[in-house]
Amino acid sequence: MEIVTSPHVLKPVSITRVMGQVCLALLPGIAVYSWLIGPALLLQLGIASLTALAAEALLLKLRGKPVSPFLMDGSALVTAWLIALTFPPLSPWWLTATGVLFAIVIAKQLYGGLGQNPFNPAMVAFAACIVAFPALMSQWPAQGLSLSFGQQLEVVFGLAPRIDALTAATPLDAMKTALKMDGVHASVQELLANQTLYGTFAGRGWEWVTSAYLLGGLFLLWRRVITWHVPVAFVLGLLLISGLCWSLDPARYADPLFHLFSGGAMLGAFFIATDPVSGCTTPRGKLIFGFGAGALAYLIRVFGAFPDGIAFAVLIMNLCAPLIDLFCQPAVFGKKKEAP
Amino acid sequence: MAHYLFLLIGAVLVNNVVLVKILGLCPFMGVSKKLETAYGMGAATTFVLTLATGASFIIDHYLLIPFGLEYLRTLSFIVTIAAIVQLTEMVIAKTSPMLQQVLGIYLPLITTNCAVLGVPLINISHSYGFMESLLFGAGSAIGFSLVLVLFAGIRERVDGAEVPLPFKGAAIAMVTAGLMSLAFMGFAGLDRY
Repeated sequence: MEIVTSPHVLKPVSITRVMGQVCLALLPGIAVYSWLIGPALLLQLGIASLTALAAEALLLKLRGKPVSPFLMDGSALVTAWLIALTFPPLSPWWLTATGVLFAIVIAKQLYGGLGQNPFNPAMVAFAACIVAFPALMSQWPAQGLSLSFGQQLEVVFGLAPRIDALTAATPLDAMKTALKMDGVHASVQELLANQTLYGTFAGRGWEWVTSAYLLGGLFLLWRRVITWHVPVAFVLGLLLISGLCWSLDPARYADPLFHLFSGGAMLGAFFIATDPVSGCTTPRGKLIFGFGAGALAYLIRVFGAFPDGIAFAVLIMNLCAPLIDLFCQPAVFGKKKEAP
Repeated sequence: MAHYLFLLIGAVLVNNVVLVKILGLCPFMGVSKKLETAYGMGAATTFVLTLATGASFIIDHYLLIPFGLEYLRTLSFIVTIAAIVQLTEMVIAKTSPMLQQVLGIYLPLITTNCAVLGVPLINISHSYGFMESLLFGAGSAIGFSLVLVLFAGIRERVDGAEVPLPFKGAAIAMVTAGLMSLAFMGFAGLDRY
């Protein structure tokens, strides 16, 4: 411990700075992801960012708010990037644009803009699109697919036909489908032995993308943009319940490591569930929020009807956040705790 | 045992009365402005709905079906529910004035709650047994109360938000209810495995 005497210089904390650091923390993930998938991801990031800024500017103007200060805070950009990263990279441009519009207009600006939305905008967009366009939202680039930039451009802008051979399910989804198939009794171990699809521990390629997200998340923790409560509780919730299922029947349930590093678990734990607006604000509330989101994400992705459960888990915990906060209010110093 | 558990999960979360079946929207919108009223309404509805589902099952199986009077289902269920509500109110007024004060106006209001008529009718179409019916009624009612209380919590938060003027009040509540319904779609498929 180093003791420093006054005077202290205060470092101003602004929303722009926080959002900038979140974007910075996403960069390693984006780098690995686009190295894996190709430039289509960068294209999606561009489409999402442009749509988000345009929608935000239009809505701010309609609401009679000053446009440039709110636009410069960078929150729309973070929403747009999260949407681009969670949507399939080869999805048509209008799907990404629809998701972003839904997020910015309905989930954010109708509630009064930054800091007042009860639901995480990016996850509202994901949930709305996976319910409305389930087929498009589960077409991920097939393993070992190599398209030139021109070809990817054509697929995204709908100039080339969308061929089914281009796309496949994610390793997480593929495993779920394989385990649920009737008549085929493949165990998890047999499936995981297929290295070309499942890689070394959590899906070929995907495991490195999620590891990069973890790295970015640790950067956010180090910069104190987020507190440790939500990510730790999220990982704990996921570990606990996946470990329980795995220890009961390792042939039917994949190991916790697979679940931690596949799908959107890491992105969810560090970047999505930590949203300070739609999440809980009290320390104990954050722990409950994170734990619930992690556990629900496992239940939905393993037993539910959707390929991954992060978005729905976060939305469901968003619903509970006001009540959790109400019951977790810390006692005011010097006063006895009152029941809410 | 697992069957009953999945029935309960299905009634509370997966096929939630309000957010998935879109029943009982009037109290959902009407009494969710404050948390206290939401608690009261939830408790009263849970009590009545469980009783109503059980009672209407008995009426259906021992009165309507033996005499071939299935076409009177809707009518007789309404009468049954009204009778149960009245009886409950009288018993509570005599035995526990405090509970009556808590439930207050909500008890008679339940008679006109479409979820209370809808759940027994859906229950009959599932052809459940008596225990299953009670569980289905209780589960639906718990789902109703849960969603009502969660919605009240969110509305209290949204009240402080800077909602654009055309969307203030009922409009933003409708949008919120829609987004809640979207979140609840995540539970799809969890009631069977």
